Amino acid sequence: MTTPILQATGLVKRYGKVTALAGSDLELMPGEILAVIGDNGAGKSSLIKALSGAVVPDEGEVLLDGEPVSFSTPLDARKAGIETVHQSLAVSPSLDIAANLFLGRELRRKGVLGSVFRMLDRAGMREEARRQLDALGIMTIQNPGQAVETLSGGQRQAVAVARAAAFGSRVVIMDEPTAALGVRESRAVLDLILQVRDRGLPVILISHNMPHVFEVADRIHIQRLGRRKAVVDPKSVSMSDAVAIMTGAMEPPD
Amino acid sequence: MTAVVEQRDRSLLTRVQHVLHAQATIGPAVVLLVSVVVFALLSERFLTPGNISLILQQVAVVGTLAVGQTIVILTAGIDLSCGAIMVLTSIVMAKVASETGLPGLPALLLGFLVGTVCGLLNGLLVTRLKLPPFIVTLGTLNVFFALNLWYSGSATIRGSDMPSLLLWTGQTFTVGGTRITYGSILLVLLVAAMAFVLKNTAWGRHVYSTGDDLEASRLSGIRTARVLLSVYATAGLIYAVAAWTLIGRIASASPQAGQTDNLDSITAVVIGGTSLFGGRGAVVGSLIGALIVGVFRNGLALAGVDVLWQTMAVGVLIIVAVSLDQWIRKVKA
Repeated sequence: MTTPILQATGLVKRYGKVTALAGSDLELMPGEILAVIGDNGAGKSSLIKALSGAVVPDEGEVLLDGEPVSFSTPLDARKAGIETVHQSLAVSPSLDIAANLFLGRELRRKGVLGSVFRMLDRAGMREEARRQLDALGIMTIQNPGQAVETLSGGQRQAVAVARAAAFGSRVVIMDEPTAALGVRESRAVLDLILQVRDRGLPVILISHNMPHVFEVADRIHIQRLGRRKAVVDPKSVSMSDAVAIMTGAMEPPD
Repeated sequence: MTAVVEQRDRSLLTRVQHVLHAQATIGPAVVLLVSVVVFALLSERFLTPGNISLILQQVAVVGTLAVGQTIVILTAGIDLSCGAIMVLTSIVMAKVASETGLPGLPALLLGFLVGTVCGLLNGLLVTRLKLPPFIVTLGTLNVFFALNLWYSGSATIRGSDMPSLLLWTGQTFTVGGTRITYGSILLVLLVAAMAFVLKNTAWGRHVYSTGDDLEASRLSGIRTARVLLSVYATAGLIYAVAAWTLIGRIASASPQAGQTDNLDSITAVVIGGTSLFGGRGAVVGSLIGALIVGVFRNGLALAGVDVLWQTMAVGVLIIVAVSLDQWIRKVKA
């Protein structure tokens, strides 16, 4: 059996009296899209935040390629090769697309200009941004020098996905990437997700949208009451059964 | 017929909105130019070399404070304590030098250190205790001002008791009949340096993005607390430079100087097109904002307008500037 690329065991996270995660497990296998579904308050967001370093779990362990890791900031997770597309997108609206792609890891000019004057390599970053957008087939964005706030919701999402795909070396986590989008834009983002996987990067996809989940996921992790209730195969379980397990109306098979 | 006209008007307005959105400094620059032309027409004394140098001297102190204020406001913060830091620093520089006979350079550097530490304290309160910058700096404004009164014994230190380096910013040289102080030159250099850093370094981008969306910046891996801390500390250092300019300007160090300079610096930043909501603006705009205030006050005075109407004009300018910012922020894709 292959080792999971990312594995969590017994994660616990409490906020005061509220227990968001009550010993949750998760396994992500190489090259797969693992969807995480669950009702509101099932602990999806907390689970993802624990994996992406946005919160530190009170108990439990996270293993990356079988090695225990502990992330105290999102930067730690990023350094380990885990990129996250947050529901809030985490883009800076007044900065341009290239600046957002490289936010927090800007490239500097070569030579004295970069080392002494700390000058940014604007042209280099724009070029690389262009390349990344092209590689993912995001043609609707013409100019990487455009401010993000002038983009549509789907285009912003594409920028966030492109950033994750460009820098993620191990895992890409996407939190509700289609939640705020129209039909056509959702379609484009789902294609992006499939492309990211086809480039060999495993994806964790959190979504409320069952048709989207069933369309792209290889396996579905069902979160309920702070725990993993089941992992099902979308080819053998129907959408209504998955929802029934998620809401507690049905026990998982086997 | 009317419908067509209306549509054209609207598209023109939208275009103006887009241009201002992309270049926030254009608005203030136009206001400055127009006001210079108008005041030059109103009074023939306005554009005389002597008057220009007067305006530049009046603007130097507030303009320097506004450079520090700009970076704080870019992070969606505000610094009410800038004037108090400046006055405290000026007293420390002057008193240590005059009483212990410390030479000018170490006294100056000591002042820079005091300013930086004051700014750092603001930054620590904002990032560690997570208090709103308005409250933090309202508190430290009083703390620093009290320290200033205590240390100075409420006494002014005369320029003649100080090393000449501390008074250097008030020295002048003449260009085409206009006497320019070294303090004004220092201001221009400071603005140029800060503009370069904000535009061309990762730190500059992080300042903008932290003010734009703190949580998004944090999730993008920016150490936002560190950015904020460095911004407040740098601002403190810049206020210490303003203290140097202040000593040169009034040829003494007075614990009662610059009482309203904190609000004047915010005025300059806001009129200069930097948004109080953070993430948008430029330090060059703040220099222009300070010049606009200086030109308005001076021009209205030359035109024989009472001081109270000068103050009202500045008030109206602030409200117009902030309304404009709100409108620009609503720009559509």
